Amino acid sequence: MSKLTKQLIEKQIQKQVEPLESQSSGQTWHSVCRMSDLIQDAGVCALINDKQIALFNIKRQGKVYAVSNFDPIGKANVMYRGIIGSVQDEPVIASPLYKQQFSLTSGRCLQEQDKALHTFDVRINEDTVQVFL
Amino acid sequence: MLEKRKIVIVGNGMVGHHFVEQVIEQQKAQHNKQQSLQPLEVTVLSAESRLAYDRVHLSEFFSGKTADDLAMTTPKTYHSWDVNFRTNAKVEHIDRQFNVVKTVTGETFSYDKLILATGSYPFVPPIPGHKQPHCLVYRTIEDLHAIERSAKSSKVGVVIGGGLLGLEAANAIKQLGLETHVVEFAPQLMAVQVDAGGGQLLRSKIESLGVQVHTSKVTQNIGKGEQCRYQLQFADGEVLETDMILFSAGIRPYDELAKMADLAVGERGGVVINNLCQTSDPSIYAIGECALWQNFIFGLVAPGYSMAKVAAKHIFSDFYASADVTEFTGADLSTKLKLMGVDVGSIGDAHGKTPGSLACIFEDQPNSVYKKIVISEDKTRLLGAVLVGDNSEYDTLLQYMLNDIDLPETPEALILPKSEGEVSLGASALPDTATICSCHNVSKGDIVAALDDGCTDLGEIKSCTKASTGCGGCAALVKNVFEEELQSRGVSVKQDICEHFPYSRRQLFDLIKVEKIKTFDELLEKHGSGLGCEVCKPTTASILASIYNDYILDKFHLPLQDSNDNFLANLQKDGTYSVVPRIPGGEVTPEKLIVIGQVAQKYDLYTKITGGQRIDMFGARVEQLPLIWQELIDAGFETGHAYGKSVRTVKSCVGSTWCRFGVQDSLNMALDLENRYKGLRSPHKLKFAVSGCTRECAEAQSKDIGVIATENGWNLYVCGNGGMRPRHADLFATDLDDKTLLQYIDRILIFYTQTADRLQRTSVWLENLEGGLDYLKQVIIDDSLGLSKEMETQMENIVGKYQCEWKTTLEDPIAMKRFKAFVNCEEQDENIVFVKEREQIRPAKDVEKLERIAVVVDP
Ligand code: SRM
Ligand SMILES: Cc1cc2nc3c(=O)[nH]c(=O)nc-3n(C[C@H](O)[C@H](O)[C@H](O)COP(=O)(O)OP(=O)(O)OC[C@H]3O[C@@H](n4cnc5c(N)ncnc54)[C@H](O)[C@@H]3O)c2cc1C
Ligand code: SF4
Ligand code: FES
Repeated sequence: MSKLTKQLIEKQIQKQVEPLESQSSGQTWHSVCRMSDLIQDAGVCALINDKQIALFNIKRQGKVYAVSNFDPIGKANVMYRGIIGSVQDEPVIASPLYKQQFSLTSGRCLQEQDKALHTFDVRINEDTVQVFL
Repeated sequence: MLEKRKIVIVGNGMVGHHFVEQVIEQQKAQHNKQQSLQPLEVTVLSAESRLAYDRVHLSEFFSGKTADDLAMTTPKTYHSWDVNFRTNAKVEHIDRQFNVVKTVTGETFSYDKLILATGSYPFVPPIPGHKQPHCLVYRTIEDLHAIERSAKSSKVGVVIGGGLLGLEAANAIKQLGLETHVVEFAPQLMAVQVDAGGGQLLRSKIESLGVQVHTSKVTQNIGKGEQCRYQLQFADGEVLETDMILFSAGIRPYDELAKMADLAVGERGGVVINNLCQTSDPSIYAIGECALWQNFIFGLVAPGYSMAKVAAKHIFSDFYASADVTEFTGADLSTKLKLMGVDVGSIGDAHGKTPGSLACIFEDQPNSVYKKIVISEDKTRLLGAVLVGDNSEYDTLLQYMLNDIDLPETPEALILPKSEGEVSLGASALPDTATICSCHNVSKGDIVAALDDGCTDLGEIKSCTKASTGCGGCAALVKNVFEEELQSRGVSVKQDICEHFPYSRRQLFDLIKVEKIKTFDELLEKHGSGLGCEVCKPTTASILASIYNDYILDKFHLPLQDSNDNFLANLQKDGTYSVVPRIPGGEVTPEKLIVIGQVAQKYDLYTKITGGQRIDMFGARVEQLPLIWQELIDAGFETGHAYGKSVRTVKSCVGSTWCRFGVQDSLNMALDLENRYKGLRSPHKLKFAVSGCTRECAEAQSKDIGVIATENGWNLYVCGNGGMRPRHADLFATDLDDKTLLQYIDRILIFYTQTADRLQRTSVWLENLEGGLDYLKQVIIDDSLGLSKEMETQMENIVGKYQCEWKTTLEDPIAMKRFKAFVNCEEQDENIVFVKEREQIRPAKDVEKLERIAVVVDP
């Protein structure tokens, strides 16, 4: 395998495993779905530019959060299937695999300091859910 | 620069290693107190090729443990502690004049303090012929390798010596598949620890396991065999043929080194020590199995550990004039063990040698249990005990003996079967001096002190006192002491399920039921705070389901479910799911089997027979689940609830329909039970089994609910468990007719779902239920709470509302929305990759994913 190919592969893997290495340029609002496509107090997943984004609609707060769907500890695309909760008023999502909690506002993992999800801005434009990336 | 103080340790067995740990600990304590400490240099010289390993658990090598599993330390750990060490470095000379030792490799080491921790070696009686190649001993990992090699070319093995170690060795060669014999010189087995009655029972138990026992046999010669490699010739003229011989005829201390250095040595061996563990040369200490204290050698690890601690403290007090000094004052030799699955316990004066002592003996031959207690002449003190076949009273008896606790009026109650009234000793009855953990010599007072120092959970208690980090036998007692102590301080052991609700599961259950609460939001509004979490949400969902049995994925309940319940399937490591259709009682028609095969083939699912008599299909993507289930339901299958905290399987044998021994139709009963209770949500999963006769092919006695057919009906067993901590089920009622059986099970299950903790299996629930099995019988059979009618109605209500969740889900467009990889498109998750192994799929490993991409980009 040539060196170049190897680099290519590593990039590919990077994309899969760490799908959300933030790209600084070309960021914009993407329309994803309607509000009614979201599930109250649970998650759904959207594919935006090949990137998996988990969206959570928290009724009590009247807010929608967006984070990366890849669980950096369980190493699978499953975050949207977790349970929403709060830890001292901070909204969190618990991984369905091994139950670590991640802050929905900062992405930080509460149990393992060096692990985090990427977070994205969300806005509701009329009835359309839009994510910035 | 201060000159170094040098400690050299000869031998790195269990005790030598413990000494090193003690030194490191003392050093830490010193550092905390003093600024400039004269530096220490610690050197370990080991004759073996590896650092210390757990000799006590040596036999586990034959049940799969490796040398690494047994290791007690690693070179890395010693490096991190700054401890020098040499392996394969037997010490052959001590020069006391210049304080130097020399190893076989020619290296020399000088010392300020020298520790002899050379242990002992197996004694091989000088029987003619004992030096032949397949005559082996049982002490080191190398010995085990040799035994394993020899077993490969052997059919029959004999252990010479029927003591504790001999029986362990016999078990080992039996596990290696050899026809096994034990030859003992005395008239009984384990003569040191148990009396004649116990020895007799032990013998019959061991024989029933297929080991042949020959007592009162003096071996005179090991000659050449006719069918086997060797022939043992006994003094009585009899012979025994064998291919391998294991000597286990006692141990002898390694004291050569001490003898050569002119240290005082006992008449029958052992390096003489005083209460500070010093030998006749005050700068040389001896600890562990090589040391002779008051003419006694301790063949157990716990006294060795105490010696290590005493010696380390004394050396520090000498070096730094500050550490406290303790003395070695002997040790208790009580032992509790499991030999080939047989419980054996020996406490104190097991043989009743104390003048005037009296004995109470309980023997239950049908169940192979023998128990004896030896009490003082005035009947106030326990002096000793022998237990064979059942060790459950060991801890309590040991506490009575060690702490001189007043015996109850009827001391015999201590060993009578439990139904005669429980007299086990609560932790609060123990004095502060009571030894709780004998491996690390931790007293109740030490645990209390650790609590005073701010340890707040059990984990901290363990790491700061070391209690229960040795053999682990004291774990339950440590927990008891900890909890009772907390309670006595008015600290309630916190029962809140999480930060959102200041209630236990049971309290939540009552709130929901009494206030007729129907949703999580309502509960949170009234009694909680925050948004909830992954603990209180599924708990609430489970309680709501136990009470109302509504569809679990309706709009209100869906967000509460654990991801398994949420997708009605079991989440796998790669984000795919498994599918388990219900196969009640393990009975399935060929047609249905074919459907499972076809579905698995169509969706390329990995297929496996589970441990629960049904078939699991793995590797389904979330968007495939409804398609797969539609096909299964069309063929007449229902969900198997493999994902839920609910009834899993009712395992069954074929019963009287086919089996020539069956006395009732177990399969029919299993089907009735499975169909009645399927879908019931509970604090943890529930497993049942029904066997058609006492041969018990369905293993009912390891289930939450076990039913075994009798000539007259059914015996009901409750609260058994496999899994992490297996528990044998308790016999609850006998010879029940069908109707009463169901009635009792209804009541038990409702009582359990109402009162158990979150994720508490029935086994643990029963153990924590005040009053235990007797209380449960009162509630269920005698209706002492007057609740039985209500419990039955409650169950009827749930049974009446059963629905196959997958069927309902397929008809519910809102729930179906979740079975899609993405809300905004029809793509699939690219990170799910399979490879083939043994003709089926499995999740690809990271490197395999990399190769797959290589194929894509490297055409
Ligand atoms: C599939 C199966 C293994 C197999 O390949 O045979 C299995 C697989 C799992 N078991 Fe099991 N257990 C399976 C039979 C058992 C058995 C044997 C039995 O049921 O007769 C036991 C011991 C008996 C018992 O439970 O008392 C068993 C004791 C456990 C435990 C430990 C429970 C305990 O009380 O200690 C867990 C962990 C838990 O539930 O918290 C567990 C958990 C699990 C989980 C759910 C782990 C998880 O969260 O992923 C596995 C789900 C895999 C899946 O996707 O289906 N599994 N598991 C068996 C499914 C049986 C079925 O048809 O439903
Ligand atoms: C199969 C088996 C099961 C057991 N089960 C139990 C049990 O259940 N409970 C219990 O309490 N005890 C049990 N024991 C006994 C327990 O293992 C010993 O009491 C304990 O290991 C003694 O520790 P030690 O460090 O004194 O000696 P050892 O562990 O024997 O260590 C001594 C070390 O010193 C080395 N050595 C000897 N001479 C020299 C020298 N000149 N130079 C350098 N090194 C030297 C030896 O090679 C050895 O490695 C069991 C023993 C065996 C063999
Ligand atoms: S034993 Fe452990 S690894 Fe195996 S199936 Fe059960 S839970 Fe999974
Ligand atoms: S008694 Fe062995 S660990 Fe406590």
